[in-house]
Amino acid sequence: MNNEAAPLLEVRNIKKSFFGNQVLTDINFTLHEGEVMGFVGENGAGKSTLMKILFGMDVIRETGGYEGDVLIYGKKVSFQTPFDAIHAGIGMVHQEFSLIPGFTAAENIVLNREPVKKSAASEVFGDRLNTLDYAKIHGTAVSSIDKMGVAIDPDMVISQMPVGHKQFTEIARELSKENLKLLILDEPTAVLTEKEAEALLESIRGMSSRGIAVIFITHRLQEILDVCDKVVVMRDGFVVKETPSADTNISEITRWMVGRSVDNASTRKEEGSSRQSEKVIMTIRNLWVDMPGETVRDVNLDVMEGEILGIGGLAGQGKLGIPNGIMGLYEAGGKVTLNGEDIPLNNPRACLNAKLAFVSEDRRGVGLLLDESLEWNVAFPAMQVHNKFLKNYMGGLVKWRDEKAIEEVTEKYIDELAIKCTSSRQKARELSGGNQQKVCLAKAFALEPGFLFVSEPTRGIDVGAKALVLDALRRFNRESGVTVVMISSELEELRQTADRIAIVSGGRIAGILPASESSEAFGALMVSQVI
Amino acid sequence: MSANNKQSAAPQKKGGFSLKNLILDNTVPIMFIVICAICIPVSGFSPSYLINEIMTRLGRNSFLILSLLIPIMAGMGLNFGMTLGAMAGEIGLIFVSDWQIWGIPGMILAMIISIPISVALGVLCGKILNQAKGREMVTSYIMSYFINGIYQLVVLYLMGSVIPIIHSSIKLPRGYGIRNTVSLLQMRQKLDELLAVNIKGVRIPVATLIVIALMCLLIVWFRRTKLGQDMRAVGQDMQVAEDAGINVERTRIISIVISTVLAGFGMIIYLQNMGNLSTYSSHSQIGMFCIAALLVGGASVDHASIGNVFLGVILFHTMFIVAPKAGAVITGDSMIGEYFRVFVSYAVITIALVMYETKKRKKKSQAAEQLQADQQAAGADGKGA
Repeated sequence: MNNEAAPLLEVRNIKKSFFGNQVLTDINFTLHEGEVMGFVGENGAGKSTLMKILFGMDVIRETGGYEGDVLIYGKKVSFQTPFDAIHAGIGMVHQEFSLIPGFTAAENIVLNREPVKKSAASEVFGDRLNTLDYAKIHGTAVSSIDKMGVAIDPDMVISQMPVGHKQFTEIARELSKENLKLLILDEPTAVLTEKEAEALLESIRGMSSRGIAVIFITHRLQEILDVCDKVVVMRDGFVVKETPSADTNISEITRWMVGRSVDNASTRKEEGSSRQSEKVIMTIRNLWVDMPGETVRDVNLDVMEGEILGIGGLAGQGKLGIPNGIMGLYEAGGKVTLNGEDIPLNNPRACLNAKLAFVSEDRRGVGLLLDESLEWNVAFPAMQVHNKFLKNYMGGLVKWRDEKAIEEVTEKYIDELAIKCTSSRQKARELSGGNQQKVCLAKAFALEPGFLFVSEPTRGIDVGAKALVLDALRRFNRESGVTVVMISSELEELRQTADRIAIVSGGRIAGILPASESSEAFGALMVSQVI
Repeated sequence: MSANNKQSAAPQKKGGFSLKNLILDNTVPIMFIVICAICIPVSGFSPSYLINEIMTRLGRNSFLILSLLIPIMAGMGLNFGMTLGAMAGEIGLIFVSDWQIWGIPGMILAMIISIPISVALGVLCGKILNQAKGREMVTSYIMSYFINGIYQLVVLYLMGSVIPIIHSSIKLPRGYGIRNTVSLLQMRQKLDELLAVNIKGVRIPVATLIVIALMCLLIVWFRRTKLGQDMRAVGQDMQVAEDAGINVERTRIISIVISTVLAGFGMIIYLQNMGNLSTYSSHSQIGMFCIAALLVGGASVDHASIGNVFLGVILFHTMFIVAPKAGAVITGDSMIGEYFRVFVSYAVITIALVMYETKKRKKKSQAAEQLQADQQAAGADGKGA
């Protein structure tokens, strides 16, 4: 074994800057065979950039490369493409699936590495006319699935698989590569159910015992403690801590991540409750929503004027389907009224006209115009829907954008929400996840809605930004008296922010409890009707 | 009748559902079966005449339509790039008829001549289509007009002046350019007559059918090759294929090249059956008719099988044969039927494309319908209890 002499992977003094913006500074760590390293850090701390460097992604080269050295078994390497990295034994499972939907799991596992048989035609026309060896394909797939230790059917077509199995197929693909030495898993458990996540952790242990080193990136700190040998904490482009995970605990890691102690106990009681009235502002009756993976069945719910109502529940139980269905983004049926008036379903424009606003959980897809400036992002919906920020000429026949008003309102929200950007004209794509989320909120606030849906406002953003976002929501609710329905998978966050919390389970409302109720009570509701 | 259907469907929902889906999935073929079923008796053609005609057209057209399958597999949709191959085949035939090489050797030589031209045009077409991903159908359609212009330049002005053409029978009287019609009389049905057998008055062109069968086997085999697998992957998700290291652009170009080369061969088989070459118009409608036939056979933009090809040829051409006569019998004017069959092939393409989109949307909303039905059922149960 040569790991005595040199570690499998050594990273020395890595520096990387994007457009003069230093995102990684003096990164150093080593990784030995079979070691599992947990990688944590707030969003924007530089985790993904570092992984992109390790995997030789094109974006690094296109933005001027990096400084410092990556060594594998003591030998300096410089990957020009991901294929170089794969060749050197590095595998990476990305957050987005990279699978062919109409192929079986087995076909995906061996994609572009299919075992073939020589044929007469290939002698003449080249190797691509070799015929596939289906028996061997099956064999390879089965053995790599076995290595993983999770039972998935190699003959099942990807498009018919539950999302967790797709994730496992991706991992099996990496494992089927004979020379795999290091596997990078980028938030693999984000889409998994608890049981599946458990199985994944188990298979990570299996890989490690077979000598494969794993870099495991996750926001779920408990998983790090469960499975990792050591944990590396990053903050603002620096490695702030590298420690054996046995010697630490969640609150310590959290403290290192944010560089300050996070006061978990900041529930909203101390600030007094919001202007709650007895008046029902929105009634939802027999709502069904066909949102893939978040199906809603027969939901009945009353929302009080001026309150913050939290909607919680496990992933895939339908909590996201409720706002998406009411706002007309997915096909829905049932009856929804706002202030006694019917809201037509499957008609997003009608919802917006009724002064409903929605901050989507899919901020890159639905929430933002990524290639437009912040000003446009903030002002566009208000301009479209309510004719705001327009100057009228010739009795309203000609409408010009009021650039000055747009700039003012954007600056106002940049200040209020502490959006980190170079100017109000910066493109939304260039912001980090947390700041993009704040822009989404600013956009909804600029609509001056009477009723606001906020879906997963803190998903994928760091602890610091989280507090700011939740604070902004509370302030918006208190100061403008706007009713807010907030959907989140994090119960603690709901308990800090909301007045009442409805728990969705199996597509139905399992119960509504005041935020002060104990976590156990909420937990019991969450699993009550799970399908 | 509909009331009956409803009653029978209610108790066993699932059975009714799948029958409905079967009909929905095959609307276009079913429409054609109905049209043919009405027109055949009206036209008054004898069965042996009909079968003979269908057999002839099966031999004439199948190969051309088979050339469409591989680009569909590679996700490039219904491809008018085949028209380019057809032009290459025609150029091959012009040369062999100038050199007076007839019969099977003439056909083989024409095919050999067509290959480099098809490959060059295929590469050009493939490169352009790589710039227009997702809009291959319309791009290749316009492209076929563009290449038609170049074809006319070559055939009308360059042949006889720059490119040596010896035989005056195919040259225009002015000394250069090819006549409107090139007679292939001495090549006519040479392949079809080879090994032909006669069964109860129906002539079966065995050699042609063998060539077509070999072609089908080749396609089946091709699907199982590495290249075929790569094409399927590219057809389903270019990004994923690219990430896995498959050269997407090259794979797409190869699929178009294979299609144009096969279309060149197909055109030569088609024209040896016809027995003459309309120099400036033979290829003009061929793409349209082939695509229409394939769609009639139940294919769609992203899926086509060998079965679709044969069902399509049989249905589409049965309609072609019987519609003019049926039109003449019904209206007393044979032009109506003539008009009908051209208009129908455009209509088929339109309907099939619209159906493809609706089906995609339908698939999405089907789950919603189920959900609504379940909820209503549950609600009714709740009230009952």
